[in-house]
Amino acid sequence: MASHTEALKTADGISLKLSLQRSLRRKKRNALLLVAPLFLFILVTFLFPIFDMLLRGVENSITEEILPTTVVVLADWDPALGKLPEEEVFKAFTVDGQIAAKAKIISRLGKRLNYEKSGFSSLFRKTGRKLRKFDPEKLTSTYKENLIKIDKKWGQVETWALLHRESGSYTKSYYLAALDLTQNAEGNIEWKEADSRIYIDLFIRTLWLSCLITFLTILLGYPIAYLLATLKSKTSNLLMILVLLPFWTSLLVRTSAWIALLQKEGVINDTLVAIGIISDDSRLSMIHNSTGTLIAMTHILLPFMILPLFSVMKTIDPSYVRAARSMGATGFTAFRRVYFPNTIAGIGAGGILVFILSIGFYITPALVGGVDGTMISNFIAYHISTSLNWGLAAALGAILLALVLALYILYDKLVGVDNMKLG
Amino acid sequence: MALPLHATTGERVWHYAFLTICVLIFCFLIIPILVILPLSFNAQPYFSFTPEMLSLDPAGYSTRWYEVFFNDSNWQKAVKNSLVIAFFSTIISVSLGTLAALGLSQKEFPFKTTIMGILISPMVVPLIISAAGMFFFYARVNLLGTHIGVILAHAALATPFVVIVVTATLTGFDHSLTRAAANLGSSPSNTFFRITVPLITPGVISGALFAFITSFDEVVVVLFLGSVHQRTIPWAMFSGIREEISPTILAVATLLITFSIILLFAVELLRRRGERLRGITPH
Repeated sequence: MASHTEALKTADGISLKLSLQRSLRRKKRNALLLVAPLFLFILVTFLFPIFDMLLRGVENSITEEILPTTVVVLADWDPALGKLPEEEVFKAFTVDGQIAAKAKIISRLGKRLNYEKSGFSSLFRKTGRKLRKFDPEKLTSTYKENLIKIDKKWGQVETWALLHRESGSYTKSYYLAALDLTQNAEGNIEWKEADSRIYIDLFIRTLWLSCLITFLTILLGYPIAYLLATLKSKTSNLLMILVLLPFWTSLLVRTSAWIALLQKEGVINDTLVAIGIISDDSRLSMIHNSTGTLIAMTHILLPFMILPLFSVMKTIDPSYVRAARSMGATGFTAFRRVYFPNTIAGIGAGGILVFILSIGFYITPALVGGVDGTMISNFIAYHISTSLNWGLAAALGAILLALVLALYILYDKLVGVDNMKLG
Repeated sequence: MALPLHATTGERVWHYAFLTICVLIFCFLIIPILVILPLSFNAQPYFSFTPEMLSLDPAGYSTRWYEVFFNDSNWQKAVKNSLVIAFFSTIISVSLGTLAALGLSQKEFPFKTTIMGILISPMVVPLIISAAGMFFFYARVNLLGTHIGVILAHAALATPFVVIVVTATLTGFDHSLTRAAANLGSSPSNTFFRITVPLITPGVISGALFAFITSFDEVVVVLFLGSVHQRTIPWAMFSGIREEISPTILAVATLLITFSIILLFAVELLRRRGERLRGITPH
């Protein structure tokens, strides 16, 4: 017979404490096993590619690859002394350059260095052409004089200083370019000339448009959410369809709808002309500019504001406002002092969600944005598919991603990602 | 919301002003979508109402843009691509997402918030960044311009929706039901298939609809990863709007709106059914 001091045991004679621990551990392991496949899937198909892309923003192995020996001898040269490198550097460059020119890859380095300073692309193409036919046996002068004869740029310290700076495996130049900064000949970081600064303005414009859109969605979403939260559930369910239908409708459908409405020969302009508010030759231009982006994106993102606001307002007990009224508050005071403070959490949740979504928007600005309505995403796409400056695209993307992640963490603190609801 | 009998004139004025504002905002929400429907029957190649259309003259209307859509092999191929890609990416994201949601909803799960944050990240990262990252990566593993590449990418983008919807279904889940089944001698797998599965099915199906529409609507990633063989409906619409703007796009849009209305009602029905099954009274 077991004494009372003896530990409790399960049927198979293991102590209960141990058995419970085991079962808890087993449960934990099972739970982890259930999540593991998705976790690995997201890791391989999503997180790793993004991480890989971020590395492209600093990666710079091309100089080492194309000029392997030049990079080594050039490392000892100090551009700050203001003198041209030694003869051995010119010789190494001639040898490396000739191999690269015969393999037809030297122009790739020229294109890469052209991002830093224009003129390098043509310099490398010209030098490559000459080096391909170059025969070291017939060399009558020094390698230095020979290269300078091909192009006098090789006689300038700045040319070699740039090559020296970009000969490492990593570069900060893409990130600097993404922030409109540049390195001067002495290697100090400074602002680009005023007329070639574009990205800071672009980031500011993206943030400004996103702020405006967030503000407009709050302005338009608040009354609707309030109405839906206070109406009888039968009526509000019906009206909810008017919110959910745009939410479920394809982004491109809504964008093309706004094109049909806003363009010069579109429905709104036609109506205004027909009523006689504007004359036929002074039609409003509401598309292919920031107005178009603003209107279309506010419409597209409005449901993302209404739904979280609605779910917060739904939880506010109407007796709060009644109590305030019965104690003598006017309708406006009761709203301002009692109802509104209770909805701040909803405004925060919806606001951050809309802001996150609008800051990275691509399709709508691309179709209705014109020039001054384009956002940072459009430039990332341009550098990936048109200009092929992938390093700069990666650097711009990394800055955008950092902005979004900061907001995401804020959202998580305010709402909690596991409390996110849809529909 | 009803106006009390003792309301002052000021309150009455404000009440009706508020209702007017709400009506205007509802118009802003819905008119752009409704305006497409009649415009898609335009007999002329314009994006605007012609005088014949306004005078309701039958000659102003035609179904020619629908005929173009149904007879154009490019559009038909786009429809087929969209359906195939959306179907397979839904299957992948629903199976992985449901399993993960089942694991995440257990109380004993360690580092829940962090893991949830990572699993939901594809929904938060701007599409252009996802698309760019995948473009470089898929180029290395030779998946650019293949159906598989686009399907995997869409599945990654759609899983957060499945995880969120199914997790939400499971939070209302009454665990005493599975305990009761176990108590009555049911094996864990029997309990899972006879108790858990029927209860979470509405959640899983609405997650699947979210996943389907995510892929079906997605254009940025497919623009970067796909070749002309993966041209989907949104892609065709995107290039259509950019290049030659024709009301065929509005006909396609009308068909897509019909499709989203069906989906909207399906999701709503499933949500209510799920709440009923789990004994939550709808509010």
